[in-house]
Formats: sequence, C-alpha cells, structure tokens
Amino acid sequence: MPFQSTVGDYQTVATLETFGFLPPMSQDEIYDQIAYIIAQGWSPVIEHVHPSGSMQTYWSYWKLPFFGEKDLNMVVSELEACHRAYPDHHVRMVGYDAYTQSQGTCFVVFEGR
Amino acid sequence: MSKKYDAGVKEYRDTYWTPDYVPLDTDLLACFKCTGQEGVPREEVAAAVAAESSTGTWSTVWSELLTDLEFYKGRCYRIEDVPGDKESFYAFIAYPLDLFEEGSITNVLTSLVGNVFGFKALRHLRLEDIRFPMAFIKTCGGPPNGIVVERDRLNKYGRPLLGCTIKPKLGLSGKNYGRVVYECLRGGLDLTKDDENINSQPFQRWRERFEFVAEAVKLAQQETGEVKGHYLNCTATTPEEMYERAEFAKELDMPIIMHDYITGGFTANTGLANWCRKNGMLLHIHRAMHAVIDRHPKHGIHFRVLAKCLRLSGGDQLHTGTVVGKLEGDRQTTLGYIDNLRESFVPEDRTRGNFFDQDWGSMPGVFAVASGGIHVWHMPALLAIFGDDSCLQFGGGTHGHPWGSAAGAAANRVALEACVKARNAGREIEKESRDILMEAAKHSPELAIALETWKEIKFEFDTVDKLDVQ
Repeated sequence: MPFQSTVGDYQTVATLETFGFLPPMSQDEIYDQIAYIIAQGWSPVIEHVHPSGSMQTYWSYWKLPFFGEKDLNMVVSELEACHRAYPDHHVRMVGYDAYTQSQGTCFVVFEGR
Repeated sequence: MSKKYDAGVKEYRDTYWTPDYVPLDTDLLACFKCTGQEGVPREEVAAAVAAESSTGTWSTVWSELLTDLEFYKGRCYRIEDVPGDKESFYAFIAYPLDLFEEGSITNVLTSLVGNVFGFKALRHLRLEDIRFPMAFIKTCGGPPNGIVVERDRLNKYGRPLLGCTIKPKLGLSGKNYGRVVYECLRGGLDLTKDDENINSQPFQRWRERFEFVAEAVKLAQQETGEVKGHYLNCTATTPEEMYERAEFAKELDMPIIMHDYITGGFTANTGLANWCRKNGMLLHIHRAMHAVIDRHPKHGIHFRVLAKCLRLSGGDQLHTGTVVGKLEGDRQTTLGYIDNLRESFVPEDRTRGNFFDQDWGSMPGVFAVASGGIHVWHMPALLAIFGDDSCLQFGGGTHGHPWGSAAGAAANRVALEACVKARNAGREIEKESRDILMEAAKHSPELAIALETWKEIKFEFDTVDKLDVQ
C-alpha cells in the first residue's frame, strides 16, 4: 500500500484538561466519577465559566464548595441547576482535597458553546 | 575527663562498636550492607565503616585529644544478618548531627560514601538507606515547588502528567527539534523533555533550542487550550552557564527547566533548586549515572538513598524507573522509594526496602517520573503502580506511532484517561487492562493503531538487584 494512504492526518483539538480526550460521558459514567470523589473523602465543588475564559485559573463557584456532601443525587441536581442557570458556560466538577489543599480530580461535565 | 596519649593502632571496635547506644532523634542513621575480607570479624568491619565515615583514621593521633571525640564520632549500634546471604551483613551506624554542614547533601555524601568505600578490609560496601533527622531536613530547601504547586501551575488534576522525551535525542537542529515538541504537545501531551544528553552541542546550541521550543510550547497551548511545558535542560559546563540558561528560560516565560543531578553534582543541583524557588520555576531532575552507583546488590549506593538526597537537595520531578519498561527496577523497591519522594511520613518496611521510619515533616513532595521503554499497553500497570502523582513519559511510544508524534501523543492521552476513568469507576485496571484499552480504541483510531504497533513488545528480564527478603 502506498505510504500516503496508510498515514492519517491528526487534527489538533481544543480540549479541557482531564478526560478531554474521551468521548462525552453518559449519565451513569458521570455518576461513577462523582461517587469516586465522595468515596475519597473529597468535597464536591462545581465551577463554571464562559468558554472564552476557560484558561483562567479561577472559574466562578456555583454557590460554595459542598463541604462534606455525601449525597450523590444532591451533587447531580446541583450540577444540573448550574447548567440550567448558565447554559452557555463550561461546567466542571472538582473533588477538593482539604488535606493536600489540592484538587483530587477535576473534569468538565457540560461544555458550553 | 582528660585522657593520656597512647600512640599506636587500636582495633576500631574498641571505639566505634557500641551495641548499647540508643540513637538520638537528631542523629543521622545509616544502614550499610558490608562484605568484609575473609577472617575479619563483623564487629571490626562495622566499626571500621563507622570510623572511616566519621572521625576515625587508621592510627591513633595525638590531636584527637584536643577535642571530645566521644561527642563527634559515628557509632555502629547494630549488626543484622542479610536474609539469604551468609557473607554479608547490615551495619547500622549513628552519626551526630554536628558532623554535617546544614543543608549540604554534598557534605553528607562526602562523609558517608567517601574514603570508606575504598577501604581494603572490605570487599564490598553498599549504603542501603539513610534516616535523615528532622533537625537536618529543616535546614534543606527541598523541592522548589512540590507536587501541589506544580499541579496548580500546570492545571493538571486527577491524573498523572503525560510526557515524552524528544527523539532522536541527538542531532536535530533547533528548528527541527521545536517541530517535534510542537507535534507532541498539540497531540495531547502535557510536557516534553530535553534528553539528558542535550546540553549545547555544535548541531544545536542551547539558545537556538530554547527559542524554538518556547514558540512551540506557546503555540500548542494556544491551539489546545491546555497548559503545556517543555523541560529545558540547563545542565551545563559550569554553574555560571547553568544559571545563564535558567535565566533565559525564565525570560521566555517557560514554566519548567531540568537538571541532571548526579553528573551535574549535588552542589550545582542545590544551587539551581534555590534559583528555581526564587524565580517561580519548576525543576525536572534526570538521574544519568545512577545505575553505575546503584545497580550492584553489594556495592555502591541504593537508589532510595539517592532519591532521598534529591528530595532534600531540591527537584519537583525525579526519574524512578518504570518497573515494567526496558530499565531495571523491581516493584516493591520502587514503591518504597517513591513513597520517600512523595509522602510526609514513611514507616520502616523491609518488604519495600525501607530500613528506617522517615519523617519528612513539611517538605513538599516530588513527582515520580516513569520513563524508558514504555508504551500504551503498559498504561494500566503504570497507573496502578505509580498512581496520580507521577509523570509518565513515552519516548519511542510517542514518536514511533505510524502516523507520527501527534497521533502517538493522542493515543497515550486517550489510554491514560481511559485507565483513570476505569479506576475511578471501581474497575481493576491491571486485570481488565485489555478490555479497557480495546474499548477506548473504538473511539480513537490513533490508539487502535498504537495498540496494534506495540502489541508484542515486552521487556521480561530478571531484576539484577533484588530485595534481601526470603
């Protein structure tokens, strides 16, 4: 086979850090990731920003970090409420680890347009 | 009480073998694996090691009566069998804190692994571990930034960092080299790396490289919307040139530089780490020459000691081997020293090769870097072994992709994220590795091709240096 036909063209994609290279997650898959955050003892935090500001360090908090929240359904309903309030914003889920003062994980759940 | 001068040669054990001694919290403790010449008693060998690595010399000298050697001497306080080895034994030695200059790893090593290693009464000698007392740790700068700050600067959370070394490692012009950096970063890697051999050679002077690389990093960052970096190797002929390169990297607004800490030396490394702390620069550390020193099971210095020394001297990332790739390293031992890079307290655990409790206090952690002969099929095992606070570097496993480096980078990124997602969802990623990767490849032609390309490559050789456990 000629070389040209075996080589694909890789197109650069704009991504939003962790999980940016995976296809959008199903609802169940997102629940699994939130359950992981809760199981690690991290606090769920919801943040959002207009896509033009996605590279800023600080995105806006949705309300306040949900310190000590263990209820998966409650976190999901807050995520949805944030998305309804800011339909054109990126919304990300953070697992905040107060012990290390770092984010145990962080991934975008809704992509704004 | 004053003593009389009695010229001559005393047995070392009369002075330096003190089995009743209880080590102080401020003592620096060391464990040596000793193999003496035939016929020399263990206590004499162990005491000789204590003496020659601290205050002693082969003969009694009058001038030692000018001071209180009881206060300054190192002492062997324990001897232990090496499991499964009749000719060697462990000697545990306590050194008073005042034997060492504050914050100087150079000084500690000059004493502990200096003349004593050439001592004729020994056939082999290996420094297995050091317990650094908190009083000494507090005098060291340590990592210029540490894991938490590095994550915040690079905006990477919940997963290992993903990188690769630029290949071919020697011979590219600055402009071509920058092209390869750009391809990797636009493909989804977080970081790329100068090979350790790249300093400032005739085919590519450092300034040329720095400028083209900076352009590549900025462009990739702009196009992908993610934070990118490249370890600009500042290892140089002289400290002055090293700092000149570091300053230029800062001028170009680059986030990270690198140093080769063993060939460059601890003094240079500590100096550069201090510079990084002052200038808000991350520091990646390579370890060329380590295997010369650490691979022989009976002679040299174990890498866990070199790793601890680096955490104290300063670095934000350190190469640790891969366990699964082309380079030497057994799993338990590797876990033992990556704990010592990242945790704030590491308990004694002989099954991981750690001979002492080691309290690191508030010293920041160092990212463990896994690099060398790894490819996408290794991803689940690497994530399981190294966890999130690591940097996984695929050189051949990126550039060797049939579509080129950008596609290779994307394949690795997809594989990494698929494994992290599966782990978080509670799947056993090592057992289910094949399924996880094959599922992810359905959405990524780049990964599908990578899996096909490297499906048969394994590096299954037995480890030369094994833990002494039975």
